[in-house]
Amino acid sequence: MAFEIPNFAPALPEIFVFTMICVVLIVDLFLTDKNRSITYLLSQATLLGAAILSVAIQSSVPEYTFSGTFVNDGMGTVLKLFIYLSTAVVFIYSRDYLIERGLYKGEFFVLALFAVLGMMVMVSANNLLTIYLGLEVLSLAMYAMVALNRDSSVASEAAMKYFVLGSIASGMLLYGMSMLYGATGSLDHTTIASVISEGSSDDIVLKFALVFIVIGLAFKLGAVPFHMWVPDVYHGAPTAITLFISAAPKIAAFAMLMRLLVEGLGGLVEHWQDMLIILAVLSIIIGNVIAIAQSNIKRMLAYSTISHIGFLILGVIAGTSDGYAASMFYVIVYALMSLAAFGMIMLLSRKGFEADTLDDFKGLNQRSPWFAFMMLITLFSMAGVPPTVGFYAKLAVLSAVVDIGLVWLAVLAVIFSVIGAFYYLRVIKFMYFDKAVDNTPINSAYDMKVVMSANGVIILLLGIYPTGLIALCTSVLA
Amino acid sequence: MPLLSLVIWLPILGGLAVLAASRHTTDANIRWMALAVSAVTFLVSLPLFFSFDSSTHEMQFVEMAAWIPTLNINYHLGVDGISMPLILLTAFSTVFVVAAGWEVIKERVAQYMAAFLIMEGMMIGVFAALDSVLFYIFWEAMLIPMFIVIGIWGGPRRVYATIKFFLYTFFGSVFLLIALIYLYFQADKSFAILDFHALKIGMEAQILIFLAFLIAFAVKVPMWPVHTWLPDAHVEAPTGGSVILAAIMLKLGAYGFVRFIMPIVPDASFELDWLIILMSLVAIVYIAFVALVQEDMKKLIAYSSIAHMGFVTLGFFMVFTIFEKTGSIQGAALGVEGALIQMVSHGFISGAMFLCVGVMYDRMHSRNISDYGGVTNTMPVFAAFMLFFAMANAGLPGTSGFVGEFMVILSAFQANFWYAFLAALTLIFGAAYTLWMIKRVLFGEIKNEKVAQLKDLNAREAAILGTLAAAVLILGLWPAPLIDVMHATVNNLLEHVVVSKL
Repeated sequence: MAFEIPNFAPALPEIFVFTMICVVLIVDLFLTDKNRSITYLLSQATLLGAAILSVAIQSSVPEYTFSGTFVNDGMGTVLKLFIYLSTAVVFIYSRDYLIERGLYKGEFFVLALFAVLGMMVMVSANNLLTIYLGLEVLSLAMYAMVALNRDSSVASEAAMKYFVLGSIASGMLLYGMSMLYGATGSLDHTTIASVISEGSSDDIVLKFALVFIVIGLAFKLGAVPFHMWVPDVYHGAPTAITLFISAAPKIAAFAMLMRLLVEGLGGLVEHWQDMLIILAVLSIIIGNVIAIAQSNIKRMLAYSTISHIGFLILGVIAGTSDGYAASMFYVIVYALMSLAAFGMIMLLSRKGFEADTLDDFKGLNQRSPWFAFMMLITLFSMAGVPPTVGFYAKLAVLSAVVDIGLVWLAVLAVIFSVIGAFYYLRVIKFMYFDKAVDNTPINSAYDMKVVMSANGVIILLLGIYPTGLIALCTSVLA
Repeated sequence: MPLLSLVIWLPILGGLAVLAASRHTTDANIRWMALAVSAVTFLVSLPLFFSFDSSTHEMQFVEMAAWIPTLNINYHLGVDGISMPLILLTAFSTVFVVAAGWEVIKERVAQYMAAFLIMEGMMIGVFAALDSVLFYIFWEAMLIPMFIVIGIWGGPRRVYATIKFFLYTFFGSVFLLIALIYLYFQADKSFAILDFHALKIGMEAQILIFLAFLIAFAVKVPMWPVHTWLPDAHVEAPTGGSVILAAIMLKLGAYGFVRFIMPIVPDASFELDWLIILMSLVAIVYIAFVALVQEDMKKLIAYSSIAHMGFVTLGFFMVFTIFEKTGSIQGAALGVEGALIQMVSHGFISGAMFLCVGVMYDRMHSRNISDYGGVTNTMPVFAAFMLFFAMANAGLPGTSGFVGEFMVILSAFQANFWYAFLAALTLIFGAAYTLWMIKRVLFGEIKNEKVAQLKDLNAREAAILGTLAAAVLILGLWPAPLIDVMHATVNNLLEHVVVSKL
């Protein structure tokens, strides 16, 4: 068998990030706590460099390399850019928070960058094994991150739950993949797709494989009934980690959904469509209803995430390129909103104090009208009320399902989004209609305030003029 | 000149400017600034009336620009004889709302003024939008400032009232959204409202769309039995909030009936017109009884609003019966025009009534009828105004309240005697609950110390109520200009509505 030197160019960003992780790891060894900001800056530089490289090597036609296991295409580039962006924002938001809690260590950055690397591999995977590789790199890094605060029993518990459930999910996924290999004789998405379309493989095995793969995906996405880890992990992890988990990995999970179900198993669309409908419906119902009962804002946002995942799946259900574009738009918008919401919790937190209950938001409008307004925009965006970008995200996925004739699904989704609106309104009620109990001035780093404001303003501006982002998602998935 | 854009964005940007300025200037300056913005907006909106071509039903002052091409959503504005008067009404009312909050709002003045200015722009946007997504965006977005206005500056149960208000309306509008998306695909991926008008739709789909629209608009009007949010919202809202709710927001629902339901799904409207007529008559008769027993003045006026809005929906949906009986659209046009005039007139009268209650509330901090009595002894000028508006509310000839109701009742006779009979009862009930309240509040002995110390209207209050009184009188005595403006549009609407779209 002749061995060809693979074309490394499409994987340049991954190679760069991996190299930089090693550099950060080594450099950090020689730094004292005072100079930790060098690690921080290096990590940010890594993300910036990766972004530049990703843009530089972008290609309009898919480029395959490493014997077809790796792909560089338009969707991949856009998703990676948003992964870098949200991670960079996470670094900015969490810096003060980590310093105040003694967690501002090299490990955080190294693990986060490893997670980024895992996500990048997932996004670019064109082979079952590549997907699995990316997923495990991401997951292992995240398990460790959740447990980063080792003295906190809540965090350890969350990490344990996350690890056990995550491993089961990986197992399911792997089992499904092995069956898929058995049925089609290939691990390569492109080959699998063509074998399925020929119809020569065993249908029963394929369907079994599909069931396990969908379960694995649902676990990773946090869709009901595989959502149990989400509230515990969101609640237990330090807020900085929750912020990280809630944004970028969702983008990667969307990519995994696209690569596996749409590109690999596109031929089985009627089968996975029904499964996804069940996942979406349950997620939207359970997420929105249970969120109402939460008094901890991190748990509330965790349940809100579950319902957002339900909406995200709606677009994929449609099985049309408009639908995929809608879901992609949704996941990007969701990441933006999630960053703003969890970022606000960190903005209000300070040394020895976590602003993670709803009561901590009381009277925010008195304390800081500007940040209360930013949070107001974010919450209305999550509820899908115009003129915020969350409205277009909902509009796009709803039109995708109405397009394929599933009007009942759209109706059900919107009814539960009204129920969902209630708990967002409740937070606004605390911020605007109640008197402040805690009048400590809001002190945080200048850059955090600027980015936080930009985050909120972008949610509003994209709500007024979403054209560019929508067109971008449509064009890469056309 | 993009007149409509100007009328929409001037108050919105003005509101933002007020917010931005609040850090650097005093509350007094903020008030003047807000008043200037609202006054300029009203002046800018006047050319809409004076250069309006009333001979055509075509959309005028049209603006069109691509906005989100991938979804074929456009920034498409335009007005016809139905929407133009409502835009003027909105711009007119906001000036009074700003003036009404002059002294009583002491906390967070800039936020209060900004909320109303931004809301003004959005409400005008609803009336001017010709793209249904643009319509929906304005329609939903204006909930946000209203939610905040009631929640921050409202009464003791403000949180309950404002969340109820928001969820009720939000619940209604999500069905509207689904219907719009459905129509988008039917209309070959177009969100233009005028394209929807031309669309052929099957009966089953028409009925479902009708119901979806009905939920959205009936909640907003509000029609019995989905009216329960209104008394709560009105009672808890600050005076300005009540005025905007009654004068404009309720009209938005009614506007939806003529802009969406009747032209888009005429066959379903024909099929189900009995439902709307029934709901309207229940609102007119039953709600009037409910109004009679209210102890709270604001609640009483809120219920009277529901009854009056019942007239509006009745006027719209009698069209089908009249056309079936007479075969001509002229008789039906009378009802629709009456309903539209009733909308404008109710905007003046209910706004004025809420302002009157606000004037008393500012002095006494009570809205209970039983706390008052003999107010006319200490506030004679005010009493005269309030009596005048109460008479208008009861439909006294010579006031604008009479014109609309009379036209609707007149056309109801063509539809069915009993419709007309029940509708005409409102003149009696309306007089009963309004005047009984007037008797208990204004007349009789001075009830208590507080009433004895009341001071009469100051110049600002007198100017507000005086202007509104003039408006009510002018529209009552000489409604012709308003009818002229509407005539071509209404005729076109009816010609369109009576043709089957199956």
